[in-house]
Amino acid sequence: MNRKIVLAIATASIAAISIAGCSSSTTKDPDSTGTPAPQGDPVTLTYGVWSQDDTMKALIDAFEAENPGITVDLQVNPWNDFWTKLQVGAQGGTAPDAFWMLGDRFQVYAANDQLLPLSDTIADAGVDLGVYPSALVDLFTYTDELYGLPKDFDTVGLWYNKDMFDAAGVDYPTDQWAWNDVATAAAALTDSDAGTYGIAAPFNRQEGLYNTVAQAGGTIIDNGVSGYGDPKTQEGISFWTDLVAAGYSPTLEQFADTEAVAQFENGTVAMYYGGSFYAQRFYDNADLQAKVDVQVLPTGEQRATVINGIQNVGYAKSQHPEELKKFLLFLGGEEAAKIQASTGAVIPAYENTQQGWVDAMPEFNLQAFIDEVPYGVVYPVSADTAAWNSLEDEYLPPAWNGATSVKDASDALADAMNDALANEGD
Amino acid sequence: MTTGKGGAERLAARCPPSSTSRRSRRGSIGYAFIAPAIIGLLALYIIPLLTTIYLSFTETQPFGGSKFTGADNYERLVRDPQFWESLRNSATYTLIVLIGVPISIVIATCIHNVRRGKTVYRVLFFLPVVTLPVAIGMVWRYIFNGEFGLLNQAVAAVGIDGPSWVADPNVAIYAVSIVGIWMSLGTSIIIIGAGLQGVSPELLEASSLDGAGPIRQFFSITLPLISPSVFFVSVLSVISSLQMFDLIYVMLSRGSQAETASQTIVYYFYEKTFLEFDRGYGAAIAIVFLLIIMLTTTIQFRIQRRTVFYG
Repeated sequence: MNRKIVLAIATASIAAISIAGCSSSTTKDPDSTGTPAPQGDPVTLTYGVWSQDDTMKALIDAFEAENPGITVDLQVNPWNDFWTKLQVGAQGGTAPDAFWMLGDRFQVYAANDQLLPLSDTIADAGVDLGVYPSALVDLFTYTDELYGLPKDFDTVGLWYNKDMFDAAGVDYPTDQWAWNDVATAAAALTDSDAGTYGIAAPFNRQEGLYNTVAQAGGTIIDNGVSGYGDPKTQEGISFWTDLVAAGYSPTLEQFADTEAVAQFENGTVAMYYGGSFYAQRFYDNADLQAKVDVQVLPTGEQRATVINGIQNVGYAKSQHPEELKKFLLFLGGEEAAKIQASTGAVIPAYENTQQGWVDAMPEFNLQAFIDEVPYGVVYPVSADTAAWNSLEDEYLPPAWNGATSVKDASDALADAMNDALANEGD
Repeated sequence: MTTGKGGAERLAARCPPSSTSRRSRRGSIGYAFIAPAIIGLLALYIIPLLTTIYLSFTETQPFGGSKFTGADNYERLVRDPQFWESLRNSATYTLIVLIGVPISIVIATCIHNVRRGKTVYRVLFFLPVVTLPVAIGMVWRYIFNGEFGLLNQAVAAVGIDGPSWVADPNVAIYAVSIVGIWMSLGTSIIIIGAGLQGVSPELLEASSLDGAGPIRQFFSITLPLISPSVFFVSVLSVISSLQMFDLIYVMLSRGSQAETASQTIVYYFYEKTFLEFDRGYGAAIAIVFLLIIMLTTTIQFRIQRRTVFYG
């Protein structure tokens, strides 16, 4: 190889590598909404979701049958791509007309006028908001304007492995359990020789510390101020770190290798604080169906569970706002709720339709998730939730490892989080 | 391009200077021919580069729109400990993966000297190159699992208690680097192998007549002759290592401490730009990163002048 050739190849390859680097970050959007249809012509709406394909298709079929002239295209993007694509789409004017929204992402979209305001539509249609859990309606209200109707909700329950309880001779959890019952049972269920643990105590928000913090009477964020400095909040965190320190739970490293829910599924841990959304996954596994069940969360100072849910919202720049409103009202209605309940995919948010979900999996005590709704606390959010979520990721794990005390970690987090919250207005 | 233009001018000089319009038409035909390349270059390189430079001086809003903030992003960058840590991780990864170069020289030499089945060995070592990096990452993730992984089962057999390779924040970057070396071997072996075939047998024969043993032959004759290939391979290795993203993305759990402790500069860029949508800051990271790659490549070419022998 002579020198010139080497240089030429090197340059070409550098160029090629840089192109490859660029192209992977370019977002392509093949399924854009298309041109606006003239009046009277059939209208096509797009609906962006990240899962539950079959149930969503059933919903669309029912809607199309009732509304001739409107067709709905389902766009399914997996969770990891969904939010990136949505944000880029919203920026470029190609976001789906209707799409799923979560509480922790909602405020950014509402504050930047990306969502279709629905208060008037809902009032005109005579929808009674009392049919939805009030925590969910609050979660999707921004400066007194409502931007969506609740699709479904999830609460957190104590999933447990009956076989492991039987083997250790421990009584199953009851609805009377308190925090100390968890620790006692976890101790009896832990068998270090066999490598099994009483409970999974991962660093988890919705299914973990947010529940116990509320049960201890603490807060994550209250009136724009971090609650992590509150001793009660810190008590709610210690619930988990104590379990890890006592050796009743795998460590964070072990959870990084094999996620907590998988360790519950493979019988490494006997108890798992998990969402109602796992019901179908456990149920579809014949082996697990026979040996796991669920109970309401054990009580601390008070009873509490995080309640969270998906909302159907509309894109503010939709070409067909009238048809879109119709579709959103349908998705929030009773018929749509019943269709979702019957497939067992999720707990529908509409009042008195949840029984269908409970009945879909009679082997599990799913009523527990419904019983928790009255004391459900709303998932904590602010205008820029992501900013302090990443601070939680940074400050709290050392408390799980025992590298710092819960108090030191939480106090430091409170300061950093308050700084971030102070910057939100900018 | 220069020779072409010079040719045209010489041609024009010989012809009578009858019409200037004819000359400019020739020029425009030339431009028409290079237009596809130039347009591509502008659209894919120059404009994005200039946009990125501009963006790096702005603060971007979540849904488009930005305001000029001067050098704020760069000041923030200098004071951002996570940025420095990601730089350190990229440097660590790049240096470790460079170990792949001597390893591939050894393997390429071995393959060059086997008598039968050269192709089989080449294919075996080249397979990782044509396999999806994501698939490779997934498989290695299982191999490295602290409790059930193949690797720890194997070392447990000789009584060693292996670490949680991809979950321990102190170990993860090395685990990822090992896979990086393994992935880079294929291309390096092929290129160095091609260099070895260019080494003339006469030289080796002459040296053995002079009494040089195989080791001496390798260091005094073969290595200088294949040094252009070695140089080329190491430039490629450094550039692709600096740009490493996929292995971290696939092998380390999202949100785990191992991920935070091991993120590379490109990963940090991705996190800021596409997860937190802080595009102005992301652009500043990209610009600094571009300068770093340019700098390292320049340094490599400087070193090359002293060490690489072009026969």
